Parts: sequence; C-alpha cells; structure tokens
Amino acid sequence: MASGKEIRTQISSIQNTQKITSAMEMVAASKMRKAHDRMELTRPYARKIRDVIGYLAEADSDYRHPFMEARPANRVGYIVVSTDRGLCGGLNNNLFKQMLKDSRAWHEKGVPSDFCTIGQKGSVFLNSVGGNKVASQSQIGDRPSAEELIGTVKVMLDAYRDGTIDRLYLVFNRFVNTMTQEPQIEQLLPLQAEAEPEGKYRWDYIYEPDPRTLLDGLLIRYVESQVYQGVVENIACEQAARMIAMKSATDNAGDIIDDLKTEYNKARQANITQEISEIVSGAAAV
Amino acid sequence: MANTVQCDIVSAQENIFSGKVEMLTATASNGELGVMAGHAPMLTGLAPGPVNIKTEDGAEEVYFVSGGYLEVQPHHISILADTAQRAHDMDEAAAKQARDEAEREMANRSSEVDYSRAAARLAEAAAQLRTLEKLRRKKR
Repeated sequence: MASGKEIRTQISSIQNTQKITSAMEMVAASKMRKAHDRMELTRPYARKIRDVIGYLAEADSDYRHPFMEARPANRVGYIVVSTDRGLCGGLNNNLFKQMLKDSRAWHEKGVPSDFCTIGQKGSVFLNSVGGNKVASQSQIGDRPSAEELIGTVKVMLDAYRDGTIDRLYLVFNRFVNTMTQEPQIEQLLPLQAEAEPEGKYRWDYIYEPDPRTLLDGLLIRYVESQVYQGVVENIACEQAARMIAMKSATDNAGDIIDDLKTEYNKARQANITQEISEIVSGAAAV
Repeated sequence: MANTVQCDIVSAQENIFSGKVEMLTATASNGELGVMAGHAPMLTGLAPGPVNIKTEDGAEEVYFVSGGYLEVQPHHISILADTAQRAHDMDEAAAKQARDEAEREMANRSSEVDYSRAAARLAEAAAQLRTLEKLRRKKR
C-alpha cells in the first residue's frame, strides 16, 4: 500500500487538474451562451436568403443557373466544418465518422471525393487518413466573420463551376440542445428544388441589371451564408460539447479524490494501530 | 394613413431592421431606386451606399450597406446586406490563400482516402470514449 505522503501528493495533483477542468467548464458555458446568441442572430439572413432562392426556383425564368442543374456525379466535394481545439468529447469523431460513411458510399460507386476543411481538427484528420484536400482554413476563432470563409467557399464553388465536382456537401454539427449535437451532411449544390405544383400562377422577377449576373452573385451569397451558419452552429456545438466533457472530467476527478482520501485515511489508521500495538507490546515486555 | 409594407434588412451576422415602412430608397447597381407598397416583384443588386426608410409613423431612418441584394415582393421587401465590400480580386486572393494552405499540408501525402485506416482510427477514438463512459458507470 502506498504511503501517506505519496497519496497526499497524488490527491493534490488531481485537485489541481480538477481546478483546471472546472475552470474550463465555466469558460465553455459562458462561451456557449454567446455562441448560441450569435447563432440566433445569423438565422434571419439564412432564412431570408433561402426564401428568396425558393421564390427564384418558383419564378418562371428563362435563365437556368448551373448551380440549379443536377448533373451525373463524377466527383463529389465536402466542406467539413470542425473545431480548432480538442477536449470536446466525441464531437469531431462522430462528425468524421458520418462523413466517411457518406464518402465511402460514393467511393464504392466509383466516385472520388474532394475535401475542404474549416478548422484544425478536420485538417489534421485528413492528413492522417489521406484524402484530397483542396482548400483548408484554420484558426477561425470564436467569432468568425462571414468574410473569413469566402476563400474556402470560393475554391469549392469554382470547382463546381468548372465541373471538377458535381455535388457539394456541407458537413457540420447541428446544435439541437446543450446535451445533443447532431452530425449533419447537407447538400449545398446543386440546389434541390421542390416539386413544382401544377397550374400555378406564373410570374417572374424584374431583374436589374440582368438575371445572369444577379443570380450568380445571389447564389454565391446563398452558399456562403449556409456555410457561415454551419460554422457558427458548429462553434456553439463545440462549446456545449466541451462544457459537458469538462463537467464529467471534474466529476471524475472528484470521484478519484474521494477514493484516494479513503485510502489515505486507511493508511493513516493502519499506521496508528500499528504504533499502538507496538507500544502496548513493548510495555507488556517490560 | 399611407400604405405600408413589411421590410426586413438583414446581414449575415445580424438582423438590422424589421418593421413596416412607407417607402424605401436605396442605391441599386443601376442607380438610385425608391420602393413603395405594391411594387412588382423585383430582384436587384445594391451598390455600397445609404438605405433610407420612412417608417409607418413617419420617422426617417438611414442605414449604410456595403452592397447586397434587394428583393421586392408585393407584400414585403427584403434587403440581404453584405457585411463588407466585395471585389472579385479580393475573393480571388482569399481563395488562393485557402488553396495554398491545403497544398502545403497536402505535400507528399496521398490524395486517396485510406478508408480502412480512417475507420480504424475512428474506432479507436470511439473505443476510448466508450471505455471512459463504462469506467464512469461502474463507479456509480
């Protein structure tokens, strides 16, 4: 059995770890609230632009944008949103598992994948397992601006426009609530138009200057806003997952400390008992 | 009481304005433009400039947008504002940066996904988490 002093050092070292994890838990909790608020703020834009795109799909326009036309898939692209830092439980791994499943299904049909990563962890993961990474961005921080993502999105949009990729998916974690985050794969391109109702009143927008330039810009904004929304949501998920992970780490440290304390007391008790019995037997011998 | 129309001004990062307006003027890509209730459906790009709105109680408000899109439907107007000025070459530079970062990391690495290795790695991580979970439960 370990001696009293050894156990004491061990207890104090675990207590230090516990202080760190409980501090991280509190930091994550406050960051999560902020990230959640930001997520709410970005929703109106994403919803509005989705409405406009919905109207556009309904509108009886002569011009069909390539982003709206489905073509046979020869190569697919993924924009993978992951976290920059670890210590957030199984968040990233669950996401990657989902992504690999999807990518593998394509692979078995003879369709290779291209990846674009946002966040350090996704990039590191792809480095270790291979995979054609065409664009990558990390260190986006806790409050990314929509402009920071333009580059990565553009790489994928260009690839789609050139016909290098024929599908574009966004892979991110959806924030359901603090306890649940759901890995999600969303098709960005081509746009999935809903079935057209029959005999509807047909109309079209007045386009200024012309539909081509207008739609081009608008559809790019649409994809960007979806990606941005995904990133913001993923950040909220990261903080929530970290909070939970750190909470359970703190609880675990508490359990271990309790166990060690029992052990320490036992050791101390044994020591005292031994000393008493030595004194008693010594006195009896005299 | 003049006719009013629902107007929403949103940017990717926040909701800027939402409410009933009598009239809205903005700088579209083809020039200054005013919209009132009952306008025909229209979609236009916006140039950087002020957006003036006259709210239903007659107050005037001015917002600055650095570009974006104006969508008009008979019963509502939406402005999708950009948060920063956009230029083609700036977008191109950002794209190049993202591409370069990937290339640097991709140097001498296979571009084929090693599915079995990836699955093994993920399984390992999942197993670790499961073990921790189990240890925890046993304690209870």
